[in-house]
Amino acid sequence: MTDSHHEESFWRKYIFSIDHKVIGIQYGITSLLFLLFGFSLMLVMRWQLAYPDQPLPLLGLRLSPDMYNSFGAMHGTIMIFLGVVPVVVGAFGNYLVPLQIGACDMAFPKLNMASYWSYFVGGIVMLMGFVLPGGAASSGWTSYPPLSVVATTGQTVWLIGMVFLITSSLLGSMNIIVTVVQLRAPGLTWMRLPFFVWAQFVTSFLLVLAFPPLEAAAIFQLMDRLAFTSFFMPSGLIVGGATTAYAGGGSPLLWQHLFWFLAHPEVYVLILPALGVVGEIISNNTRRPLWGYKSLVYSVIFLGFMSFIVWAHHMFLTGMGQGMSMFFAVTTMIISVPSVVILSCLFISLWGGSIRFNTPMLFALSFLPMFGLGGLTGLPLGLPLSDIHLHDTYYVISHFHYVVAPGTIFAIFAGIYYWFPKITGKKLNGVLGKIHFLFSFIFMNGIFFPMLIQGLAGVSRRLADGGESYAHAQSVIHYNEFMSMSAWLLGLAQLPFILNIILTLIKKKDKVADPNPWNATTMEWACPSPPIGHGNFETEPVAYRGPYEYSVPDHKNDFSPQFDKLGDK
Amino acid sequence: MKIPYNEELRPDTGLYNAKLGIWLFLASEVMLFGGLFSAYIMLRLSDPNWANYGQSALNVPLATLNTAVLISSSVTMVMSWVSLKLNDLKKYKFYMGLTLLCSFGFLIIKYIEYTSKFDHGLYPSTNNFLAVYFTLTGLHGLHVIGGILVNGYFFGPGIKMWNTEPERFTNRIEVAGLYWHFVDLVWIFLFPALYLL
Repeated sequence: MTDSHHEESFWRKYIFSIDHKVIGIQYGITSLLFLLFGFSLMLVMRWQLAYPDQPLPLLGLRLSPDMYNSFGAMHGTIMIFLGVVPVVVGAFGNYLVPLQIGACDMAFPKLNMASYWSYFVGGIVMLMGFVLPGGAASSGWTSYPPLSVVATTGQTVWLIGMVFLITSSLLGSMNIIVTVVQLRAPGLTWMRLPFFVWAQFVTSFLLVLAFPPLEAAAIFQLMDRLAFTSFFMPSGLIVGGATTAYAGGGSPLLWQHLFWFLAHPEVYVLILPALGVVGEIISNNTRRPLWGYKSLVYSVIFLGFMSFIVWAHHMFLTGMGQGMSMFFAVTTMIISVPSVVILSCLFISLWGGSIRFNTPMLFALSFLPMFGLGGLTGLPLGLPLSDIHLHDTYYVISHFHYVVAPGTIFAIFAGIYYWFPKITGKKLNGVLGKIHFLFSFIFMNGIFFPMLIQGLAGVSRRLADGGESYAHAQSVIHYNEFMSMSAWLLGLAQLPFILNIILTLIKKKDKVADPNPWNATTMEWACPSPPIGHGNFETEPVAYRGPYEYSVPDHKNDFSPQFDKLGDK
Repeated sequence: MKIPYNEELRPDTGLYNAKLGIWLFLASEVMLFGGLFSAYIMLRLSDPNWANYGQSALNVPLATLNTAVLISSSVTMVMSWVSLKLNDLKKYKFYMGLTLLCSFGFLIIKYIEYTSKFDHGLYPSTNNFLAVYFTLTGLHGLHVIGGILVNGYFFGPGIKMWNTEPERFTNRIEVAGLYWHFVDLVWIFLFPALYLL
């Protein structure tokens, strides 16, 4: 591999780097920009929902229903595949997993680089859709056929982009698994791994095993679109009043099965690393060991297994049959058990701790009830009877946004505030951080809580006029303006965050002299902040104890790092 | 800086990194072909017209020959790895060359099959059996091409590593071999599923 003694060229060091830390930062910057872009699409859509058919301010043009569809599809795709997953797995996973297990790099540095660049190309290909005639993909992030098969060229580009993104995830997650299995520091046994590493480990298995069926489905859909096969095209299909040239005999349901076989584990890909981040931060800021560490680990593993057999609860309304619905309703109820165990453990960890309310902790604390709300609103969706009413309404939108937006994205913010000193050597400003937190928290709920009410009233998702032309929506339609205001203010509330990062980066003085500013116990704080070039640790670290030895009785300090032999400096 | 356990085994897992890596990759490949095969099953079971889709038009003798060719290439692949273990680079080159020849042979026979289908006006769009046939064998063919690229590299420029890190080069051939056997195995499932059943 590369020799750290000689100076690397600019390209090797910053662009085509094989250092996991640089790749992690590349992933971080790219995916945060994609998150911002996906969020901006939604800000435009919210105008259309609040003031249907009125021209956009400043731009002056109207968002046509076709464009609304395409913005919606791309919002979902970008947020999930180009935003959140690359942040939690690509950025946090890449940067932190090797550091937390005391390794000098990922097991396959070149594959790691290939993973990032494959992601980057996939992202560019996805964006190309916007400049095509007919616009970007517009069949929803789920791309259900036959609609998606007869859609404009944007859909082909979407599928090709997905193939790149799937390849990227595959390379990245294989790399994380091999790294965790093979490169753990001496003394770092499985039950001494930080919870974050466990979460990443299970997440990587989900990615390795769940993504390939979607790749198969994407290939089928590409064949349907380009070679005019009929994998997803039923016999006798009428499009625009005319029969199609397709031979027929295919099954639109087949796509849904293959798609959700990925996309349900994908939900856990979004949430497990976030739980890992929150676990680390809660333990550090309550100055107590994480409550029920082993139950947390076993729950995460069980959750990983179960996530492969719940997919069809997204398909209760497809008429796939009573028996199938029954089976998937039962597994869905079962999978809620480990989720509740994890959340309970995190809540109980707070009990009796002397909590430090710094910015990362505020985000982590608010994650708990928000994720709880997201999880609990999911239960009625997991039962076929109540799902008949709630399916494809704003209730569903609210449910999964509570899991991912004030859930995972708050965990991402928490992680950024918490590990920023590790990456740059400087702490982010606490006042700006708290302003960012407070307003984000208020406006997030301002957007998503009214959606629950609208959804219960039966307002469908994906309506370009926000329900204006539907009688049953009239009693709840006035919330649209309020939600849109909240969304735009949420956008404004991100300014302190962006400002905070810029101001902290250009600030020269008051570097954290202490490599361990949060008095944390896990291995990533054993190396200097920021870590020395390629190779991380000055001497090979050794793990002497579990990951969360805080407030050990009779010790002088309230933390005993894993890597400290005496544990009582 | 050197990544540990690139060639030596980690004591508690008994693996070198690439071996675990290739097994994970193969696990994901199993899921990929699992998805493809289950789609085939679902389409076939739910379509009452399946019997009229011309499955009998496939050339079974040619496919049987192709199966033999591919299995032979798996055998020669193992032999090339064993030759390296026995420190015999000449034999390695011989067997690896044979493996590559067999792989090309497989593709040529596949090409003959494809063109004869096209000549009879049978295309992926004709019906769903042919769609499945072309998509699944096509993806398998892409895997064969991938194997040829990897093995070709180890037959050609990649062989230099033998002089500097013979242990690691042997590992590379073992890993490439695992992949190659997997490609072989996929065909062993495809052959009866498409041609015979």
